[in-house]
Amino acid sequence: MSDQNLNITCIEGTGLPVRGHDIDTDRIMPARFLVAVSFDGLERHVFEDDRKADPSHPFDDPRYRGASILVVNANFGCGSSREHAPQGLARFGIRAIVGESFSDIFRGNAAMMGMPCFAAAHEAIEALQELVEQTPEATITADVASGEITAGPLRFTATLPPALRDAFVSGQWNPTAMLLDRFDEVRAVAARLPYLAGF
Amino acid sequence: MAETLFHKVWNAHAVRKLPSGQTQLFVGLHLIHEVTTPQAFDMVRQHGWRVAFPERTFATIDHIVPTRAQQRPFLDVMAEEMATSLERNCRDAGIPLWTPEQDEQGIVHVIGPELGLTQPGMTIACGDSHTSTHGALGAIAFGIGTSQVRDVLASQCLALDPLKVRRIDVTGSLKRGVYAKDVILTIIRRLGVQGGVGFAYEYGGPTIDAMTLDERMTICNMSIEGGARVGYVNPDDTTFAYLRGRPFAPQGTAFDRAVAWWRQIASDRNAAYDDRVSVDAARIEPTVTWGINPGQSVGVSEAIEGDPHDEAFAFMGFRPGARVTGTKIDVAFIGSCTNGRLSDLEEAARIVKGSRVARHVKALVVPGSKSVSRAAEARGLDRVFIDAGFEWRGAGCSMCLGMNPDKLVGQQTCASSSNRNFKGRQGSPTGRTLLMSPAMVAAAAIAGEVVDVRKVLEEVPA
Repeated sequence: MSDQNLNITCIEGTGLPVRGHDIDTDRIMPARFLVAVSFDGLERHVFEDDRKADPSHPFDDPRYRGASILVVNANFGCGSSREHAPQGLARFGIRAIVGESFSDIFRGNAAMMGMPCFAAAHEAIEALQELVEQTPEATITADVASGEITAGPLRFTATLPPALRDAFVSGQWNPTAMLLDRFDEVRAVAARLPYLAGF
Repeated sequence: MAETLFHKVWNAHAVRKLPSGQTQLFVGLHLIHEVTTPQAFDMVRQHGWRVAFPERTFATIDHIVPTRAQQRPFLDVMAEEMATSLERNCRDAGIPLWTPEQDEQGIVHVIGPELGLTQPGMTIACGDSHTSTHGALGAIAFGIGTSQVRDVLASQCLALDPLKVRRIDVTGSLKRGVYAKDVILTIIRRLGVQGGVGFAYEYGGPTIDAMTLDERMTICNMSIEGGARVGYVNPDDTTFAYLRGRPFAPQGTAFDRAVAWWRQIASDRNAAYDDRVSVDAARIEPTVTWGINPGQSVGVSEAIEGDPHDEAFAFMGFRPGARVTGTKIDVAFIGSCTNGRLSDLEEAARIVKGSRVARHVKALVVPGSKSVSRAAEARGLDRVFIDAGFEWRGAGCSMCLGMNPDKLVGQQTCASSSNRNFKGRQGSPTGRTLLMSPAMVAAAAIAGEVVDVRKVLEEVPA
């Protein structure tokens, strides 16, 4: 959320397990909360409809209060490109997500906010979800450079796309300044495109 | 070296390799709308940046637009604030904006192609996942989030990793009553909703070659539902004929020069792909989703299969072994960036002509743009729908997504020509969505339940 780029090398905190494959961004942030001109207050609406339907939803479970690492299954964040979904999660207090896999758009949006999405094998994620469910107070440590995830007796390696990993470690995950850095080169590419030169 | 369109377009727009290892990619066309941009404009202002290429940025208002009464101010105060915010941002930056008062307004993915803004060989970005639609014209079009909208506003560039390319060959003729929607639903069912993660989908083969641009747009639109952020079809004579004469397309001799470049940008015949898949279109039947993601679909003559503990069964009220035909519907929705174009409305009108919507069904037709609406009215389609008991609405995203007054209520079941059947997608947390072709929606509206449109078409003159 900060526009300041910071080196993100290690995230440490307790976990919050949300089980299920293909959890789409409509579920993470229902569309009616997108009728607004800012992201303020989105933390109040994360998974709102799922939570109303299931009072024992992990986001309402007091055992996970204060958690900062979300643990999810496959294809998390599929569907709509709404950044409101990762914005809501970040404002709720989530700083990293560990899961089996992520949609391309969601993972990119989260990265732009400094929130790494680590991917690991199904068995490792299941084990981590079980561990968090049994010992919610366990600290999870996610090392960005190595991808090593540790929690209690668990230790496994997760992956980040290499460019995103390097961007987090070097503090260059918010790219706007870099994109503006050599603007003459941008103009040069534009000048070479036939459709911008009237063919 | 033989290359794909994806790589040619990527290379033509690559500015440089960023220190992070990502590519700085120039965006040739930036389309914006009211939902995903206000925060981006704020961020640009806070940093003291300016919109770098306002002349390559075009705006419309579509998601929040009421489709019944479109006059301003909108009744929903927040919707009105979003509209005025976009108006102010566009005015300040010198960005053209089409509001509901204007003839060009419509769903961003409908008006881009119809105005000729979308062209082969372009990179396109828009803060909306269905931006993949524009690939139907041979563009590489990315759905992006709001922080990326900020980047494109400020620099006209994105920081991205390249995608792999999967070629999807579709062969065989579509049977009567089977449409582009059924083809893409079948592709997603087969490859899975995660199958396209990390890929751009290149659709080709004789079936795609024979398709109109409207049909190709339906296919590319739903690439993202299969996990592929980008989908495209190589530009060909059908594409060029579609573009000729459109307001923002090159005119006169420039058009001929454009065609020469567009031909070059297509994938080379012997291009290498990261993966190849082929699909036999002749075996596809009218297809309907039964579950809560777009990969959970069946042909109308098939029984639903799956793990009975899958939450989709309980949510949708189906059991393994059941069929979708005979499912009672409460609402029928024809519209959206997937299937809200003139040809979609024409096909649906053929089916409803002379019939009546079932008494218990609320049926809506929402043209994808004002232009679609005018063209349909010129052909008398509005009368056909109204006479049959449909509501004929103004252009907008409508009941695709629950961000405007068009929403499901309670546990209503909707036969929908849109793109997503996620829980809550159509505005009611317990609402049930059955995705299908516009012709199937039309047939369901009349019957009051899901039916096989092929049987209905037997009664309709070819």
